[in-house]
Amino acid sequence: MLDNKISFTLNGKKVEFIGDPLRRLIDTLREDFGLTGVKEGCGEGECGACSVIKDGKLVTSCIIPMGSVAGSDIWTIEGIRDTELGAIIIEAFADGGAVQCGFCIPGMVLASYVLLSEKTNPSELEIREAISGNICRCTGYDLIVESIRLADSRRRGV
Amino acid sequence: MAATRIDDKIRRSDALSKARGEAKYVSDYFFDGMLYAMMLRSTEARADIVGITHPVLPEGYYFITADDIPENGVNSLHMIGKDWRCFASGDVKYVGETIGLFVGPSRAVLKSLVENTKVEYAVKEAAVSIDDAIAVKGGAILPEKDNDVMCQLYCQKGREMDDVFKDADMTLSETFETGFQEHVHLETNGAIVTEEGDSYVFYISAQCPFYVRKSVAGLLGLPLDKVIVRQTVTGGAFGGKEHFPDVLAGPLLVAESKIHKPIKLIFDREEDMEFSVKRHPSKVIYKSAIKDGKLIGTKGTIYYNCGAYLSASYVVLQRGVFHANGVYDIPNTYLEGYGMATNTFPSDAFRGFGAPQTLFAIEMHMSHIARRLGIDPADFKKSMFIKKGGETVTNGHVVEEVMLNDMFDNIAKESDYYRKSREYGYGSGRGIGVSFYNHGGAFTGNGEQAIIKAHARLKKSGEKVTIEVGSTEMGQGFQTSLRKIAATVLEIPIEDVDYPNPDTSIVPDSGPTAASRSTMVVGKLIERCAIEMKERWNEGDFSVEKEYEHPEGFPWDQETFRGDAYLGYGWGAAIVELEIDRRTNEVLVKGVWTSHEIGKAIDELIVHGQINGGVIQSLGYASMEKMENKNGHFKQTSMSDYVIPTSMDFPKQYYHIQENPYQFGPFGAKGMGELVFNGVDAAYVDALERAIGKEVYKIPLPPEDIEEALENA
Repeated sequence: MLDNKISFTLNGKKVEFIGDPLRRLIDTLREDFGLTGVKEGCGEGECGACSVIKDGKLVTSCIIPMGSVAGSDIWTIEGIRDTELGAIIIEAFADGGAVQCGFCIPGMVLASYVLLSEKTNPSELEIREAISGNICRCTGYDLIVESIRLADSRRRGV
Repeated sequence: MAATRIDDKIRRSDALSKARGEAKYVSDYFFDGMLYAMMLRSTEARADIVGITHPVLPEGYYFITADDIPENGVNSLHMIGKDWRCFASGDVKYVGETIGLFVGPSRAVLKSLVENTKVEYAVKEAAVSIDDAIAVKGGAILPEKDNDVMCQLYCQKGREMDDVFKDADMTLSETFETGFQEHVHLETNGAIVTEEGDSYVFYISAQCPFYVRKSVAGLLGLPLDKVIVRQTVTGGAFGGKEHFPDVLAGPLLVAESKIHKPIKLIFDREEDMEFSVKRHPSKVIYKSAIKDGKLIGTKGTIYYNCGAYLSASYVVLQRGVFHANGVYDIPNTYLEGYGMATNTFPSDAFRGFGAPQTLFAIEMHMSHIARRLGIDPADFKKSMFIKKGGETVTNGHVVEEVMLNDMFDNIAKESDYYRKSREYGYGSGRGIGVSFYNHGGAFTGNGEQAIIKAHARLKKSGEKVTIEVGSTEMGQGFQTSLRKIAATVLEIPIEDVDYPNPDTSIVPDSGPTAASRSTMVVGKLIERCAIEMKERWNEGDFSVEKEYEHPEGFPWDQETFRGDAYLGYGWGAAIVELEIDRRTNEVLVKGVWTSHEIGKAIDELIVHGQINGGVIQSLGYASMEKMENKNGHFKQTSMSDYVIPTSMDFPKQYYHIQENPYQFGPFGAKGMGELVFNGVDAAYVDALERAIGKEVYKIPLPPEDIEEALENA
């Protein structure tokens, strides 16, 4: 198998990956870069636990081959958690009771981050749509939805 | 910092580390020189193994089987019974049974080894369904038996049934069925084994670290303390990690005894769906006698599909039977339960633990009787509510005030139930349905006293206190609730109370994290520890340990199943409103209202989250979570085939918590984790029946099954 050199930006830093272009992005992030906040829930892009932000869009890293990452701008929970908006969302999740087993939560935080980066004062339906690709088995979603609203209020200072 | 009070709004202690992606789940652990493992599993439901041929093992790879169990060990996982083998040997009893374990450095190589191993079978006819097992299809599965009844019990309250039916002016016989349900904890099953000194150490995603230790030590003939189990942050369990982690830990331990390097076994989602325990499918037959508009007697015959090994099935079946009268004081009942052995993956614990199946059946049965009497189902059910002191089906008594009337009034008003019930009628495409349910807290009967004997310990070091218990956090919030109990009693800030994940070499055995017993039983123990510690606070550094004490005056006979099966119940009432698209049979749920009586909420936000989550799981069980088994193989093996609710499927819930402080629980609290799963399915199906104008007798009911019900009607 030919190893390829793939350059991309990861959490704001230029990085290189040398290896199989078919290797999954999730494995590279977790095992080569130690970013274990990226969780594997289903391995088929259905559950959203492995969500990362690729060029501003929420994607599931378990179905993305490294070959398609060249030149991309990738953000994981590790890069988002201390940003201004990321920290507001995480604090709101903690205050709002959004976290139970927590396995889906890094992905949920990233889904919320993408939504709140694009929209101010989203409706309940818009929030539900924004997290509809992120499966949670514990919460029934209500407190996640309310926590995202709380984060939105806080970042608007209301 | 101010001392914490029980009603303070606090943050969960694990919320930030989880949301920041810092919490370490078992798959996030990496050890130097760590190897990976992959299971070789049976592809046949019932067969003799004729031969196994695997490719030549590359350097550094191993294949572990029953032959690697030493002479002083036994090939058995010690759960409640000892029938579940660590490795299949000679024959296989279900698809997915562990035959061997490949171990080595590369997962890709391991996958290829598994795929290129040939197991030759002499295939036998399998029994898969309850009906197969009743017919003893393919001959008895159980050794030395001529039928497939793995476990059974009966209990009687009141008069002989034949006598009761003579008085009836109306009778109704119905059969209800429920399907498999998969837990789909977002974190799949996983474990790592390693060695420290002369002990074996597990890092494992599990509800019950002491269960794992007990289950596997005998494989190598080890004393219990030579196996140390450390629970890692657990990404959901719901019962699916009660006994099942043993099935990973057993082969890993045998492998470790040969290989002596850290070994990691993590199931991918497909493995976790196809080859893990499920909720027991059920078939429940009720025959009821009605006189003057009252239900005077019910005979229930209850079958649960247990799969090939016992696991927790007998206890699950008992709970199913003990909840088969629902929340009703039916004066005469005769209930018999049969746990049927089949060649499916063993069924095991799942939130509700046998109660949801019979509660679904009795709720639908009650609604159907009401319809025949021309009474609103809510009113008929209300007329039959059991009350404090009322006799249970095991001839015990309800110990608490039953507040279902108040609870129903709350949600009936919020949902405008009676107006909608009248207006929507039967068959209009719109429906509103109602259900009532309960859940007995903690282990059945005197199990807490006779079997579990739970211990809990508080350790003081300076101004800080550490909780030492075997109970686990799996998402339900117990690490926070228990800290809150200790901090409140000690009058210290919750930040000064630590509660690390259990390590069996450090903490006492507090019993399993199961049966909605943690807050009620272990919480009470910690409350007692804290009361003593508070009195002795100035003595310096010390520990206080307490053992469970059973309250006086609650007799139980485990041989005859007579007496007080539970020392207290949680209670629930639910209303669901929906519309159906007559063309596609797609259901749109318009509203969900619940009220739950759990004694006292230790933390309202945590309870709120438990209610929302349990209710959605129950709605998924009723509406979409279809898991079929054909010839022993589960047909749904991925999250795209087996669909669980998303944020778009159900609307925001209305919830109400009814306070009713419970005399034996900490701060008046009772169990609640399972209760909130137990009954909303029936409210959904009641609403669906009213919308389509037809009775249905099974769940789940995805659109294609609604279509079938309409065609068959």
